[in-house]
Amino acid sequence: MVKHHKEARSMKKNYSFRYGKTARYITGYAFLLPFLILFLLFIIIPVIWGIVISFTKYDLMTPMQWVGLENYIALFTVDDLFLVALKNTLTFALIAGPIGFLSSFFFAWVIHQLHCRNIFALAFYVPSIMSSLAVSVVWLSMFSSNRTGIINNFLLKVGLIDEAISWTLDPKYIMPLIIVISVWMSMGTGFLTSLAGFSNINEDIYEAGKIDGIRNRFQELFLLTIPQMKPQLFFNGIMSVVNSLNVYDMVTQIAGADSPDNCALTLIGHMYDYGFARFELGYASAISMVMLLVSIVLGQIVKKLFSER
Amino acid sequence: MKQKWSHLSTEAKLKWIIVYIFMILLVLLSALPLIYMVSTAFKPLQELFLFPPTFFTKNPTLQNFKQLFSTVQVGTIPMTRYVFNSVFTTAITVFLTVIISSMGAYALEKLKPPGHKWIFKVVIIGLMFVPPVAQIPIYIVMSKLHLLNTYAALILPSLATPMYLFLMKQFMTQIPESIIESARIEGASELRIFFKIVMPVAKPAWCTVIVFAFCAQWNNSGNSIIYITDQSMKTLPYVLSSIGSGSASLMGAQAAAALLTTSVTIIIYTIMQKNVLDTMSYAGIDE
Repeated sequence: MVKHHKEARSMKKNYSFRYGKTARYITGYAFLLPFLILFLLFIIIPVIWGIVISFTKYDLMTPMQWVGLENYIALFTVDDLFLVALKNTLTFALIAGPIGFLSSFFFAWVIHQLHCRNIFALAFYVPSIMSSLAVSVVWLSMFSSNRTGIINNFLLKVGLIDEAISWTLDPKYIMPLIIVISVWMSMGTGFLTSLAGFSNINEDIYEAGKIDGIRNRFQELFLLTIPQMKPQLFFNGIMSVVNSLNVYDMVTQIAGADSPDNCALTLIGHMYDYGFARFELGYASAISMVMLLVSIVLGQIVKKLFSER
Repeated sequence: MKQKWSHLSTEAKLKWIIVYIFMILLVLLSALPLIYMVSTAFKPLQELFLFPPTFFTKNPTLQNFKQLFSTVQVGTIPMTRYVFNSVFTTAITVFLTVIISSMGAYALEKLKPPGHKWIFKVVIIGLMFVPPVAQIPIYIVMSKLHLLNTYAALILPSLATPMYLFLMKQFMTQIPESIIESARIEGASELRIFFKIVMPVAKPAWCTVIVFAFCAQWNNSGNSIIYITDQSMKTLPYVLSSIGSGSASLMGAQAAAALLTTSVTIIIYTIMQKNVLDTMSYAGIDE
């Protein structure tokens, strides 16, 4: 009996030794280590270091030279192209971002109520997992700027236009076309999050809502569903901000690397130009920091809108 | 919300029919570019330059695919080399990403070492970074370490993606502590608990990470634009962006390339769709 008791005690001791808090914490850190190292090396440190570089003149060959605010002053006073790029990026982000965000939420809401939900979801989701370069190949050939383009040909035939529109050459049409393509591609992660979120909502609240006098589905959506989905909307909002600032490939392919009147020059394009064509890395970093600042400001707006507190 | 069809009033039935017709039209409209891509990829040369242009092909042919793999060379590099580069780097990236983010997520959600809340906050902030912001410093480091023009340059920057850790961690909130605790009492090691208990339960979450990481890396052109200058190390997105600029006669081959790259991602998503939707229902930032 005594022996048995002793054994049990030593087992317990052994257990707490192997699975005590300290051991578990050490395992925890070990499990986190690979992610944390890569996260620090390729996200956190580069961003912080980017801030530092943006105050210097650096071309990889000669030693870094501290120039203070010079790069930023040049951005806003000398570099006309930067202001164009900033304007284009903001226009794009403020139009395509919200439209993409709202339409992915709206269509997820509609599709959630339909039969064959998965087929509809697939059809809406597919454009977002296409390579943006493959997307550009297709849209470019559809919106080809002369009469042989399928869209021009169709519009001419129906009589909506009298002569072929230069979709990808005329600054007036490039930005709208880019926005349409980008909204088409935006039913991505946010769309899936909403779709999944709708199916997780407890149906009882709708029954309760009916008793409280909710009459139609739109009232239901605004009064009952949206307040329940704030965490998802917050996540989707952040994704929209990031995605709408991270356009480069598609825009460059559609409008060409040197777009007419620079109407499709984005901050990323301008940054690549200074960074990897001219190797003015300090100046290019200042451009990235402006982009970081824009994303932080837009992110804060999203947070204000959807954060629960 | 879904009610039985027979219980609905005629007016309500009519409303639903309109909704369905509207949605089906929208799906068709949104599928137009995809259908056009498929049809162009199978068009013979003479149909590509027909006037007036046709939407559908009359005599489908595999000519464009043959041309893509036999005669098209971007620079002096055969197409198969780009396919290999893409497949190889994507496979490694996806595999490592899944392991790294699920281990990290398990640690944050279940092992909770001191500071885990703080680490998670930083990860959420990481969600908000636009990737190109970090590219210049990474470029400098890569060039100092002589990693430019290596597979490592294509793989390493993609591995730690905050979104995947976030999705895995949110999904793991539903795994009950009790099954992990009882495995501990039975004497299972943490590594064993992770692989034998946590990973099977979290299957929808890592399937989702496979889909997202696959699509992101397969379509990633940023890494290959910036960290790679040697043509033989470039990946498929590079082919897509450069064969078109050659000559108009390659239009068919270009569409074929677009179709091939795209269909891979669509197939992967379709296989995993159920898992993805299961996982995404946990994607919300509670703050």
